[in-house]
Amino acid sequence: MTGAAPEPIAEVREAVKRFPAPEGGVVTALDNISLEVQQGQFATLLGPSGCGKTTLLRTISGFEDLDSGEVRIGGIPVTGVPPYRRPVNTVFQNYALFPHLPVSGNVGYGLEVAGVQRSERDRRVGEALERVGLSGFHRRKPAQLSGGQQQRVALARAIINQPKLLLLDEPLSALDRNLRQSMQLELKSLQHDLGICFLFVTHDQEEALTMSDQVIVLNQGKIEQVGPPEVLYHRPATRFVAEFIGDGALFHGKIQNTDADPVLVTEDGLRIAVGTGPGVGDSATLIIRPEHLSIAPEDPDDSMGVLDAVLEQMVFKGATRQYVCRLANGAAISATPPEASEEAFIRVRPGEPVRLAYRRSKPHLIVETN
Amino acid sequence: MAVKRDSRRLFALLTPGTVFLGIFFLGPLAVMVVFSFLEPGLYGGVEWNFYHWNYGRILGWADGEWEDFDPVYAEIFFRSVRLALTNVAITLLICYPAALWVSGLSARWRTFVVFIVTLPFFVSLVVRLFCWVLILRPSGFLSSTLLGLGLISEPIDIIYTETAVLIGMAYILLPFMFLPLYASIEKLDHSLVEASYDLGANPYQTFLRVILPSTLPGIAAGSVLVFIPSLGNFIVPDLLGGAKVLMIGNLVEQQFLSARNWPFGSALSVMIMLVMFLLIVIYLRRIGRSEIVR
Ligand SMILES: Nc1ncnc2c1ncn2[C@@H]1O[C@H](COP(=O)(O)OP(=O)(O)OP(=O)(O)O)[C@@H](O)[C@H]1O
Ligand SMILES: [Mg+2]
Repeated sequence: MTGAAPEPIAEVREAVKRFPAPEGGVVTALDNISLEVQQGQFATLLGPSGCGKTTLLRTISGFEDLDSGEVRIGGIPVTGVPPYRRPVNTVFQNYALFPHLPVSGNVGYGLEVAGVQRSERDRRVGEALERVGLSGFHRRKPAQLSGGQQQRVALARAIINQPKLLLLDEPLSALDRNLRQSMQLELKSLQHDLGICFLFVTHDQEEALTMSDQVIVLNQGKIEQVGPPEVLYHRPATRFVAEFIGDGALFHGKIQNTDADPVLVTEDGLRIAVGTGPGVGDSATLIIRPEHLSIAPEDPDDSMGVLDAVLEQMVFKGATRQYVCRLANGAAISATPPEASEEAFIRVRPGEPVRLAYRRSKPHLIVETN
Repeated sequence: MAVKRDSRRLFALLTPGTVFLGIFFLGPLAVMVVFSFLEPGLYGGVEWNFYHWNYGRILGWADGEWEDFDPVYAEIFFRSVRLALTNVAITLLICYPAALWVSGLSARWRTFVVFIVTLPFFVSLVVRLFCWVLILRPSGFLSSTLLGLGLISEPIDIIYTETAVLIGMAYILLPFMFLPLYASIEKLDHSLVEASYDLGANPYQTFLRVILPSTLPGIAAGSVLVFIPSLGNFIVPDLLGGAKVLMIGNLVEQQFLSARNWPFGSALSVMIMLVMFLLIVIYLRRIGRSEIVR
């Protein structure tokens, strides 16, 4: 994000939105949020339930006014512009298909109200339906479609106006797992083909990692981190992001021994070797992902950290096996060793001690210098 | 929806209602239809002879005397249908915006308004209509208020006119339009309205293409509920229409209570029923075609 970056499609600047809570007081749904989405990007808003994702989308689509800050679309501030004059379209969480109109009426709605000629409209409706794989469904009413098909109609309806920005509010949350995964890939390729910028909302971190170019992690109305999926996974900026994205064990404590091998000492006295970098006395959080861990060799070298644990159980996950272990302080830690080093694990029975090892440089350390 | 019904239990549940309707609804109806084809007795009652001029009389040829052609009853008939339809339009135009507005209020206010709307039912209809006489007569509240404000120079004299009848009928039937309309507007899924805006439809287009079609069942129910009592009403034209604005209901009342011509009264009633039936079938069919599949 340098100064030479191209004009963002949409930009939110220092947005603040508060709601009066029915039980008294106020809820700050958006707490000074700034973000931008670029041309052709698949951006995802990720966060737990109630963190303000829908509210943020609604301020962009125009259904919610900001208390302060502004939204710009294509460089133009849209404060006070009603939703029907904004060049964005939305795929709603519950689809919101018009029950009294057939599929063709739903998909062609945007063109019809814009006064597009019948013949032109029919052609584009046909195209849009073909894109989402629903050719031949023109005459069905929404109630005569399956959930997945309704989803596609909602998608076709939203892209037919060729918006600059497509907002998708948890569009896949109502679908079953298989359909969901195939729709994820389809959405991604649709976005690629159309070249429209997608701003996609989800509370499912796996979904966010699968689909996005850029992930914006929200928590309690604030942005925790913005970045591509790899960065969020490997170098989470905050403890929240580390916990929310991916599996892994988190250790929070203070750094001791700065020389060659710094050690993180947790409050309950666990000593964990970490990579170089932090200064003595820094508070820090270490994230050890399952794939970092394997069984320690006979003579671990200095580049490795070692943890003593007891194997509790092996969980078969299809492609991988997960070994759930318990550390001395009672915390659980999981390992999904690569196949090559799995041999060592198979020999250990549940209830027996194991020595887990990791490369010091692998686990990410979040240092909170105070 | 695909609950398989236990047909025996269904039978048990439906029997009392069916028997009740059979005895107390279809029975009198049959008597009425039979009477409408009998000769009127000299001092009330009926002569048991087949006689179809009761119907002829409605169309203008009383007792089959061709030279006495006088479509006065037909005129009353058409006036009644016209007034009833006008009343449907008036109540619809008043209630739709009102119901839209109420549906946007907070839950507590909504309940309160619905309560207020049903409040008039606690007071006798005749008393309420008599209040309208006091309001509408030349020396009444309306006239004197407007005179006092200097908005008019002559007292307005609208009592015993069609206008007065329409005011009275709209007044007593408003709740019958409001409640079904409100029920269907209240149910309206607001996300559909947002979807419409989102796709570029302005508020006017959204109203015509989304809100109105979605609330059509409420409009249909309200219209039928207002139309039927409007057409057969005789109390309102009696009190507010005087002798000048006779409606078909008054005619039926007269035939049974004063003129004691039961066969003619029955023939009028049968005609009212036929017209109602016809209009409602046409109406519901047209609405049914655009019915919402849920
Ligand atoms: N109209 C409203 N009135 C009062 N509070 C609201 C309103 N809309 C949202 N909120 C509050 O604002 C916060 C953010 O809500 P929002 O709907 O944006 O969450 P979300 O991230 O979309 O959650 P989910 O994943 O469950 O959909 C919540 O605490 C919610 O209770
Ligand atoms: Mg939401």
